[in-house]
Amino acid sequence: MVVSPPAASGAADAVTKSASPAALGDPAWRSVLEPLLAGGRSAGADLVEVFLERSDHLGLLAEQDAITSVSPSFGAGAGIRVFLGERDGFVSTNDLSPSGLRLALEQALGMLGLLLPARAGGFDGLPNLRDFAAAKDGWLRACPSLGEATGRLLEGTDRLQRHGQHLQVRRGSYARDWQEVLVAASDGTFARDVRLHQSVGLNVLAADGDHRASLGRRYGTSDSPDDLRRWDAEASAADVCASAATMLYADYVEAGQLPVVLANRFGGVIFHEACGHLLETTQVERGTTPFAAMVGEPIAHEALTAVDEGLTDGAFGSLSMDDEGMEPQRTVLIENGILQRFLSDRAGERRTGHARTGSGRRQSHAFAAASRMRNTYIAAGPHSPEDLIASVDKGLYCKSMGGGSVGPTGQFNFAVEEGYLIENGALTRPVKGATLIGDAKEVMPRISMCANDLELAAGFCGSVSGSIFVTVGQPHIKVDSITVGGR
Amino acid sequence: MDTTTTAAAPSTGEAVLDAEVLRGRLEALAASEGVRRWDLGASCSTDTSVQVDRGEAKQMKGAQRSAITLRVWNEDGLVGITSTSDLSDDGLARALAGARDASAYGNVDEVPDFSPLATAPLPQLDQPLSAPLSILTLLDTLKQAERDLLGRHPAIGTVPYNGLAQRSSDRLYINSNGACRQQRLSTASLYLYARAEEAGRKPRSAGAVRLAYGAAGLDVAGCVQEAAERTISHLDYAPIVTGRYTCVFSPEAFLDLIGAFSSMFNARAVLDGVSLSRRDSLGEQLAVPFLSLADNGLHPANVGASAFDGEGTPTRRLSLLEGGVLRHFLHSEATARAFGVPPTGHAGMGAKVSVGPDWFEIGPTPGSDAGATGLDRFGSGTRGEDRGLVVIDSLSALHAGVKASQGSFSLPFDGWLVEDGSPRSIEAATVAGDIRTVLKGIVGFEGPAKVTPDGLCPHVWVEGLSITGDA
Repeated sequence: MVVSPPAASGAADAVTKSASPAALGDPAWRSVLEPLLAGGRSAGADLVEVFLERSDHLGLLAEQDAITSVSPSFGAGAGIRVFLGERDGFVSTNDLSPSGLRLALEQALGMLGLLLPARAGGFDGLPNLRDFAAAKDGWLRACPSLGEATGRLLEGTDRLQRHGQHLQVRRGSYARDWQEVLVAASDGTFARDVRLHQSVGLNVLAADGDHRASLGRRYGTSDSPDDLRRWDAEASAADVCASAATMLYADYVEAGQLPVVLANRFGGVIFHEACGHLLETTQVERGTTPFAAMVGEPIAHEALTAVDEGLTDGAFGSLSMDDEGMEPQRTVLIENGILQRFLSDRAGERRTGHARTGSGRRQSHAFAAASRMRNTYIAAGPHSPEDLIASVDKGLYCKSMGGGSVGPTGQFNFAVEEGYLIENGALTRPVKGATLIGDAKEVMPRISMCANDLELAAGFCGSVSGSIFVTVGQPHIKVDSITVGGR
Repeated sequence: MDTTTTAAAPSTGEAVLDAEVLRGRLEALAASEGVRRWDLGASCSTDTSVQVDRGEAKQMKGAQRSAITLRVWNEDGLVGITSTSDLSDDGLARALAGARDASAYGNVDEVPDFSPLATAPLPQLDQPLSAPLSILTLLDTLKQAERDLLGRHPAIGTVPYNGLAQRSSDRLYINSNGACRQQRLSTASLYLYARAEEAGRKPRSAGAVRLAYGAAGLDVAGCVQEAAERTISHLDYAPIVTGRYTCVFSPEAFLDLIGAFSSMFNARAVLDGVSLSRRDSLGEQLAVPFLSLADNGLHPANVGASAFDGEGTPTRRLSLLEGGVLRHFLHSEATARAFGVPPTGHAGMGAKVSVGPDWFEIGPTPGSDAGATGLDRFGSGTRGEDRGLVVIDSLSALHAGVKASQGSFSLPFDGWLVEDGSPRSIEAATVAGDIRTVLKGIVGFEGPAKVTPDGLCPHVWVEGLSITGDA
């Protein structure tokens, strides 16, 4: 089959006759994409991938009893990636016209020393579209209107006022991210999806004299237009205010090496930072994971099994397909302490040999996809949460976690937002200001007990391919010893 | 009407914004929709960047980006905005309609206005425009830098985080009152973070960054040298005993800490009740008398300085702490109006306009001895009763370990323990404290102020900070 370069395609004009790009479900895109893929292959590329995106975002902020920010945005763009051996070139652009896409392809090819030929061949065309979005095209219209959304947020800040004491600041925020993507690649990938993520958060600053406490909670789901309508503002506000009231007068934690019990839900950030990132092939490529050659070997306590998947209904990190057009899998990372496999994307598979897992993810068209986590959690164990606390003579209970990070040597850290001392097997005083730090290789074998109360929590993860929606999770777990930074 | 918003610049071939075309299209659209008052911020850029891995190209990237934020005032005087990357006629029309819809929910208690300084003269910045280098030239440069760094020490096995990038950008601000600001810029950056590991020991990592107005102007050799020195200096490490120490912050670390608590100087945060400062805090002694601190986006060493902020207000130097006393806040138009002062050129653009610092200058108060004469009493970790000095080279996890509205921080850091005059890298540790205590616990400055990407600062000595280690 001979396919002409995109600029010569008459059908392409049909897509871009109106100045804004057409919806990605428009069949005319096929005749724009096929010449690009054919051109790239004819130039000598091993593989050409085009990622098209349209997005629509709404951000709202309520402070005290007023809406103080309404921030809508929309956009479109493309990311074109070309592989030659283990190397790749990537170009992103906001110009979705045929000439704009052709220019981006030429630039990506040029990075690898390849030239787009005048005539292109050697590509049999794209197969039928795998349309994961067929039942999702109405989602954006089904989301709450501006009036409805602002009303719900104000309901949240009003509930904070009712439940809280000494509240100096009450804030509610809402974000709705709608994204339509179309992925076409010269290996026959041709798939479309629509994603919808909504999150709502409540934050307070409580102050009484010199005592201050700032706390927040954020709740998020995917693919559920009614999510904000179903949000339990009353329970969320009561939860935040109860924590703020407790932490307002808390003492700073005493630093040291301590056993720690981490609560379920967002406690899972410890596995995300301490180990999850190190099981991405991106880290294998860089040589920054200590686990690169340890598949089949013990890397954690035998009590620990860990999973990453993109399948849980409504979870923040769930996907119908990843950003390379592959359906997500349930990937068992660690089973009874034994490393099973890595999370892999196209580049990871080419460069490390680890098979793709549907984990190629990116914030937007402006980023090349990379192996990234989805819904990542430690599996439930046999114990009750009370068993874990009762097993500690003197330690720290971390009820609520802040953010964290991991560095190139595997050193990780994360902040504790709400902590309590454990003394003689029972929770006693609240403490604040703790930061947990450690080394993945040393800490994983110290996760010695897992409770039976697995729960997930929504989060955002920033890394090489931008900020993406993820879920962390775990049951209550016990770490036998970890460095607790404090005063 | 010509509907081209971006055009090729004649000298470099890079995309630039055509302010007059954009204004004409907006005026026509606004008139047809009955919108009489609007302003717009727009930007476009072209970027190229490379990463390498042990002598091979790892990834080469290019990007063409464009974006606008359009703000309109409705018939009730309320403001709404919409942002988009779609600069087509359809895109602008949709943005205008979206902004008008959003204005129905505008904040009646605080309505932004045009900056009274949006047509004031702009500062003249010496920012040479550089033509971009070919991506293969960037690749060769980075490969050579990686090779040089790997050759500095046998323990340096990889440079896992590296990048050489260049950008040409154009940015403008226009409003319906005739203001028109435009700035073209070319910048380049290089970062090298090496990973070193010796047999039987933990891996260690450190790096360096350089900025310039073009890739050809980057100090590549200096970046390699600094990355190598810092990485090698952490190879011999030991745990540290938990306790209170006198700490010496590197310029980079102290600037990071001040940046994390910059809400102390931010009028927006003050009005929102999330700052440690209050409206009546001006005139308070926040720090030791020999500390002065200014925000100066116009400093010649601030590569990529903006001549104007998101509201078109000219950038300027603003003294924040003089002799340790709080003198001014950073302002947008709206916060300045609330305080009865002129805007300071620190605004973003949005439905709720953000305020933020540009580039800090930190140093001794003119005429003071900067505490330097007193540093001898802390020795160099030589006195028998001392635990030693802790030098904090770089702080991590500022996004998680800082509670700006509470004043507290607990942060992992890389650094050295100096005992008997000899430094040894610290294995893993955190430093914790309260920013107010830190500012009043400064005992002196050491060495000349160093230019960093975030500002200008000497080494800063602080007494009595909590260090947690695993010894």
